[in-house]
Amino acid sequence: MSKILIQNGRVIDPSQSLDRVMSLLIEDGRIAAYAASPTGGEQVIDATGKIISPGLIDIHAELREPGCELDETIATGTAAAVAGGFTSVACLPNTDPPIDSPAVVEFVRHQAQRADNCHVFVLACVSKNREGVELAEIATLKGAGAVGFTDADRSISNSELLRRGLEYCLMFDLPILDHPEVPELSHRGIMHEGKTSLVLGLPGMPAEAEDVRAGRDVRLAEATGGRLHIMNVSTAGSTEIIRRAKARGTRVTSEICAAHFSLTDESLRTFDSNYKVNPPLRSRDHVEACIAGLADGTLDVIVSGHSPRAPEKKMVELDQAPFGMVALETTLPLVITNLIQPGHLDWSQALAKLTINPARVLKLNKGTLCIGADADVTIIDPAVRWVVQPDQFKSKSKNTPFGGMELTGRADYVIVAGKVKRTPQSV
Amino acid sequence: MSAVLEEFARIPEGWTRKHLLDLESLTADEINILLDTAARLKKATRGCRGKVPLLQGRTSANIFFENSTRTRNSFSLAARRLGGDTIEFTSSGSSVAKGETFIDTAKNIEAMQIDSIVVRHSTPGAPHLLAQKVGCAVLNAGDGAHEHPTQGLLDILTIREHRGNLQGITVALVGDITYSRTARSNIWGLKKLGANVIVCGPSTLVSRQWEEFGVEVAYSLDEILPRCDVLNLLRIQFERQATRPFPSVHEYALLYAMNRDRMARAKSDILIMAPGPINRGVEITPDVADGPQSVILDQVTNGLAVRMAALWLTINANDR
Repeated sequence: MSKILIQNGRVIDPSQSLDRVMSLLIEDGRIAAYAASPTGGEQVIDATGKIISPGLIDIHAELREPGCELDETIATGTAAAVAGGFTSVACLPNTDPPIDSPAVVEFVRHQAQRADNCHVFVLACVSKNREGVELAEIATLKGAGAVGFTDADRSISNSELLRRGLEYCLMFDLPILDHPEVPELSHRGIMHEGKTSLVLGLPGMPAEAEDVRAGRDVRLAEATGGRLHIMNVSTAGSTEIIRRAKARGTRVTSEICAAHFSLTDESLRTFDSNYKVNPPLRSRDHVEACIAGLADGTLDVIVSGHSPRAPEKKMVELDQAPFGMVALETTLPLVITNLIQPGHLDWSQALAKLTINPARVLKLNKGTLCIGADADVTIIDPAVRWVVQPDQFKSKSKNTPFGGMELTGRADYVIVAGKVKRTPQSV
Repeated sequence: MSAVLEEFARIPEGWTRKHLLDLESLTADEINILLDTAARLKKATRGCRGKVPLLQGRTSANIFFENSTRTRNSFSLAARRLGGDTIEFTSSGSSVAKGETFIDTAKNIEAMQIDSIVVRHSTPGAPHLLAQKVGCAVLNAGDGAHEHPTQGLLDILTIREHRGNLQGITVALVGDITYSRTARSNIWGLKKLGANVIVCGPSTLVSRQWEEFGVEVAYSLDEILPRCDVLNLLRIQFERQATRPFPSVHEYALLYAMNRDRMARAKSDILIMAPGPINRGVEITPDVADGPQSVILDQVTNGLAVRMAALWLTINANDR
């Protein structure tokens, strides 16, 4: 069968505290051996000066199919994932229809198999029709392959529903993922409420809208013993709430989108709707608190928060434009440029948040280069400087504010289940 | 007339801006050019009564996506006082109802070979977005709660006419600051010209964060009143408020209405201003609105002067 030998690269695998220059042999879709020598007959990749990481995992991406194919399809979204260095993506259920039935779970998995770009894991709805009223058929959805439950960008407002959901999921040891936002507090908001929103006259989304909801979520996780994952953390307050909860031993994990440690609310001064995201880009003090949360382990996972929106949807006035930005193809470079280069995280810390940590949140048998593991591998060029060109994106949508910006580092080779899906020539 | 045309043969050296989008980004010099030009045009048109053909053959489009009578008429009249033509576009009678986007609408109007677009929109930044997409002058006639630069300029011109200089005088903006574009344009313009600015109103409508911009924040009108040289009484922008910021209009009037009693405690030469439309009995009582210290109607006349200046300067800057 097929063999790939990756030579001379720096292998960093946080799952086993490994950081060593050595070769890595892939055979029959599995990690077969370390420090192997060529025997002839295998494909050899020279990774001199490169970093060899377990394949990156994104647990927060909208693939938009079914129903919103103008924005993205599973084929284009997974192509974008591979281009960005990801070998696995967990997709959100805010589709049309929403992913609240086994038929839709199976449809998504089937489309992913057809596209054959990377692994796709399905996050299904917590509530029927994503309405926040009744629990979806969680056991049935799990049976169809769902790995976690969330109402995506709709925060679970009904506290009783969340409490029941956390309790019910105890039977399956699966997490509930909540977007922390009290809608009454962020109603009609466009950007972070603060000095910049004051000057621009744009309706604000206060940090409290996130903090209050994160506090309630943590309390219910504690009360039920259920597994809670707090999505797209963006404030100093919610970071501190999670830090304290973890110190008490609460079963809570959390994530942050790359945009939220890379940009501030000052960006909205351009009035460019590509900066309109939910949660909103926060002020410098929140960004710094989130980076501190990444450094001390409070924030476990870095996600793309990929939210493709067709150009015609974003080319309108700020209040009409939907929230969201495409992010799969810029997340890894933003981690390198804004976290690793300035010294906030070392490579091992950063890669943990893109590999083993997200795998653990969803209990995926992924995110490691242990002998025998699935051969999902990302080879990263840590030093290449390149300019973001949205028209080169594999994603169907181009709603990024990073166009024209120079970033450092990106994925050179992406190997999914032992097959090379991206090479430097794919660029 | 030829002496006047000679005087306005070219726009002042220091003016290069192709658009008037906000006062925050203007320098004090640029604001002074606008005010000086407005004052000169007011004189040349004998108090905005006559015509000076500085924009002959030019067309200005008013595109208003939000209700307005006085600002729209003021811009139209300003263009016509300078010999220009105007076209009017309001969202109710347009293709916007048919789903055409705001930018497409503006580009279509620009393709009719017009020289300036005067835009009002409920969304902050809409004029800025437009200025990136079209090749003619764009003038902001109010974008949501962000800015209303010509309103700020006409308020400042009115103060300058009465006081000569803005340096060191104390101006209080009273009422709904959070949702007021007039407040923001006044704050930037007044600060740049050296005035002391106080924002005063209910704590739910006046953010403490204004202090970070060198603005005094006050909740009690009675406390600051004796120090004020000018009061600018802002309208409550009910239409922009997501939730009611105070319990009743009655309670608001009790705390902030400018009435006879408060006038008695103010400086004798205080100027009373209001950007209009005024709500008699809410922010101002009729005796004060129509009283000797009120310059509310001067503001309206100065609106013409300021808009003539803004159109003339920006349209000519686009020619260069």
